[in-house]
Amino acid sequence: MTNVREIKRRIRSVKNIAQVTKAMQMVAASKMRRAQEQVLATRPYSAKAWEVLTHLAAQRGNRQEMHPLLTRRDPIQTTGILLITSDKGLCGAYNGNVIRTALHFMRDLGHPTRLITVGRRGREFMIRHGGNIIAEFSDLPPRPSLLDITPIAHTAIDDFLKGEFDEVYLVYTDFINTLTQQPTVRRLLPITPGQAESSVMREYMSDAPLHATGEYIYEPAPQAILDAVLPRFTELQIYQAILEALASEHSARMVAMRNATENANELIGDLTLSFYRARQEAITKEMLDIAGGAEALVSARA
Amino acid sequence: MPLKLDIVTVERLVYSEDVDMVIAPGIEGQLGILPRHAPLLTALTYGELRVKRGGEEESFAIGGGFMEVQPDRVTVLADTAERAEEIDLERAQAARRRAEEHLERQLQNKVDFARSEAALRRSLIRIKLGEARRRRGGRRTETPKPGVRTPSE
Repeated sequence: MTNVREIKRRIRSVKNIAQVTKAMQMVAASKMRRAQEQVLATRPYSAKAWEVLTHLAAQRGNRQEMHPLLTRRDPIQTTGILLITSDKGLCGAYNGNVIRTALHFMRDLGHPTRLITVGRRGREFMIRHGGNIIAEFSDLPPRPSLLDITPIAHTAIDDFLKGEFDEVYLVYTDFINTLTQQPTVRRLLPITPGQAESSVMREYMSDAPLHATGEYIYEPAPQAILDAVLPRFTELQIYQAILEALASEHSARMVAMRNATENANELIGDLTLSFYRARQEAITKEMLDIAGGAEALVSARA
Repeated sequence: MPLKLDIVTVERLVYSEDVDMVIAPGIEGQLGILPRHAPLLTALTYGELRVKRGGEEESFAIGGGFMEVQPDRVTVLADTAERAEEIDLERAQAARRRAEEHLERQLQNKVDFARSEAALRRSLIRIKLGEARRRRGGRRTETPKPGVRTPSE
């Protein structure tokens, strides 16, 4: 009897969980749709901006003196890493994957790193594991605008210029589709020619090789336009990475919650079956008792 | 040799075609780009960007940005960009009135002033393009003569 009641209670609690995960799945799905639209909309611009940046970096001649953001430093003593994770959990392996990618990358670098974290998950992990965090940003609005991420870009660019680190990498998750997200490591600064772009941007890049062209004509003067273009397009790369990460996060959460709901429903099915079996067993036992009792009475009277 | 033109904004890919000529509102004056132009990087200002393609011409209202020119392609990274056909003339006129009112009230505040001024310029170029289109009945036939640059070797 206790067994039956216990199973009933478990069914009820699993049903509650299924309801919660189902609701979270719906919420994640609607956020996911918006985040996906946003990331797909800005991708062409970011890809083209990246293309222009690498063309600029490919300029022959005294590139090194052209602009500090184009200047390579040697040797590299410290690497800055901009790690983009989510604020909230319950999104499957999303944060784990990008953090693991960052850790492997940091280990392979073999020299000190300084971290700028976006998102609470990455910050907490890095604090626990002794990462050297110099800045952290969390609680970004659900649909960040370029203005919302300006402080992040400024921190990265300013600290690079001040020499806090000699190069900056972005570690984030590229959104490929609802089921697939790709943890990605990409160099942000200094901007160098032929630098790998992220796979999702490739479709918007022209595949024609860059002509061995001479110097650019700049309008207005080179310095003025580089000062305007370089920080701005660099900022845009960070913005795009954050949008990619957001779309990935919501997709990962939607899938995780859908799996959780499916598992809960499966469990409810199994439990319901055990519940019926246990109830049937109890009834059978009771009937056997009654029958046995009646039999005993009859045989006693005889 | 065609010229591959891409116009992108942060919101979308506006245009991507092979064209014959691009006339853009550069920050230091209008400039016409033909195939085999020397590499160029320029800031753009508020204005009309015209595209010639197989004898036809299309117009875009550009709200500032940058343009990169390579011998065989032109990339316009615009802050805002829309085709003349897409312009909602009434909305642009309403925006112009709003911007003008704001300008009168905010002569003190520099940031707001700049913002309103930018809004006013955007609406003005949209109105100009939208009205020109309405007058022509949507088709441009005459060939304007801007200060076309000779392409380098």
